[in-house]
Amino acid sequence: MSQIETFYDVMRRQGITRRSFMKYCSLTAAALGLAPSYVPKIAHAMETKPRTPVIWVHGLECTCCSESFIRSAHPLAKDVVLSMISLDYDDTLMAAAGHQAEAALEETIEKYKGNYILAVEGNPPLNEDGMFCIVGGKPFVEQLRHAAKDAKAIISWGACASYGCVQAAKPNPTRATPVHKVITDKPIIKVPGCPPIAEVMTGVITYMLTFDRLPELDRQGRPAMFYGQRIHDKCYRRPHFDAGQFVEQWDDENARKGYCLYKMGCKGPTTYNACSTVRWNEGVSFPIQSGHGCIGCSEDGFWDQGSFYDRVTDLTQFGVEANADRVGMAAAGVVGAGVAAHAAISALKAAQRKTQSKNEDA
Amino acid sequence: MRDDHAPAAAGDPHPGAALAGDATAADVESLRKHSSVYVYEAPVRLWHWVNAAAILVLVATGWFIGSPPPSMQIAEATHQFVFGYIRFAHFAAGQVMAVGFLARIYWAFVGNHHARQLFVLPVWKAHWWREILFELRWYLFLEKEPKKYVGHNPLAQVAMFLFITVGLSFMILTGFALYAEGLGADSWLYHAFGWVLTLFGNSQIVHSAHHLGMWAIVIFMMIHIYVAIREDIMSRQSMVSTMISGHRSFKDDRPG
Repeated sequence: MSQIETFYDVMRRQGITRRSFMKYCSLTAAALGLAPSYVPKIAHAMETKPRTPVIWVHGLECTCCSESFIRSAHPLAKDVVLSMISLDYDDTLMAAAGHQAEAALEETIEKYKGNYILAVEGNPPLNEDGMFCIVGGKPFVEQLRHAAKDAKAIISWGACASYGCVQAAKPNPTRATPVHKVITDKPIIKVPGCPPIAEVMTGVITYMLTFDRLPELDRQGRPAMFYGQRIHDKCYRRPHFDAGQFVEQWDDENARKGYCLYKMGCKGPTTYNACSTVRWNEGVSFPIQSGHGCIGCSEDGFWDQGSFYDRVTDLTQFGVEANADRVGMAAAGVVGAGVAAHAAISALKAAQRKTQSKNEDA
Repeated sequence: MRDDHAPAAAGDPHPGAALAGDATAADVESLRKHSSVYVYEAPVRLWHWVNAAAILVLVATGWFIGSPPPSMQIAEATHQFVFGYIRFAHFAAGQVMAVGFLARIYWAFVGNHHARQLFVLPVWKAHWWREILFELRWYLFLEKEPKKYVGHNPLAQVAMFLFITVGLSFMILTGFALYAEGLGADSWLYHAFGWVLTLFGNSQIVHSAHHLGMWAIVIFMMIHIYVAIREDIMSRQSMVSTMISGHRSFKDDRPG
């Protein structure tokens, strides 16, 4: 394996100084929630371990995960990880195309059997034998199964691979299916989001390289260090939530003051992600900071949770637009009317009986 | 061994005293002497009213959590905690209700046999099913005279089992799962109730289910209060005062 470069080699080749490299290691350790003592370990792993080959395949998706990834705040991560991936296989980013690209895929699978990481962006549609997504003349699901067979682990990038996202929204005509329901015999790490945060993506890869294992996953298979808390838990507008100060209408005075977007349907309280801490575009901002509620893009089935702008979700099961309150109030109204009618009849019956018994007595 | 749950048999020395429902021979004896039966022991009554108060608080604050009151500008956000207090009241009442429910389950084991009615539906007894049918006919005005029951009538028992035993369990499970989200994924509550969130798949769905559960309990409350008052007036036994004093008194001495 000595012919494979280390991450550090690649970094140096790209003109990155030792000092910048150490900074990258510290930042990554911080992002992963590790103690400073782990910085040398990360640096050591980067310097000594051969690069982990990554095959990056694309199913039904919009490439927003790739777009996010190549905008990773730290230029080093972008350069290193990107060059690593383009060397192996990523049909949207690599220079090769057509048969050459497919040959590169086969070569990588052969060469690194059991050692490469399979990164999946998008998901396979299963209806019509998978004909809704064709890669290299074959249904994507076949490429996915083929590449997954010899993979060490699988990373499900984004909401598509993790949960299905928009193409799996009801009624899901192509039967787009998340990766973990197709590949069941490999360790899978879900990195949901539409797209996931770039630093989260590079952080996950760095962790896997440094410690040679998957990061700690939560119940749903997401890295706990990034998906352990809700947007709401670290939202900088949280004090306004607790105070009961809400944006009542877009562009009202409260919106200008930056009050809580809860009433505008913000899904921050039900969404697990790192947006409110890591933020986007080199930590510049995130949706709530820009004045729009969270839409919950890293949650399972987020397209089917009604409008992005309702606090109480619409329940489509009832055939018409109704939410829990409208359904509940209608039911309570019917029951209330029933109770009133029943009470009235009861009273009439009782009165009738009294008259009867009086007549009998007489 | 004497089956004290069976209605008094045909060869009973007091054939006239055969009662419907879950009356025991001891109840019958008590009734013959006192014309009232001690049904709801103090812990059951206390639970009933604590539970009722907790539900009132939970419904009111729960409504505001789904649809917050208009924004208030009393002070800077640092010194204002309006929505925080609403949520605190909801969480506190929820925990009171949960602890009360656990205590009520405990009492089902150590209390009298009426205390078990809430948890065990005697579906294997033919007379229980006949009495359900009878109660339905009574509420549809098809029966002239209601039966006498010492405990709950079977129809009421079904309603309480569905809305209180099953319903409250559902609200406690989903409620604690949602509360655990705030405490964080490493809290013991999350370890205990996090599976509920995984089961539903998305916290927003759990919110909706919890919200619908609230309406189910509101509807139960409406029917429960109406029927308790109606039966207090129209049935042959006491209703409202029984949940205060614990004694069920009967208005006539004709058999069940």
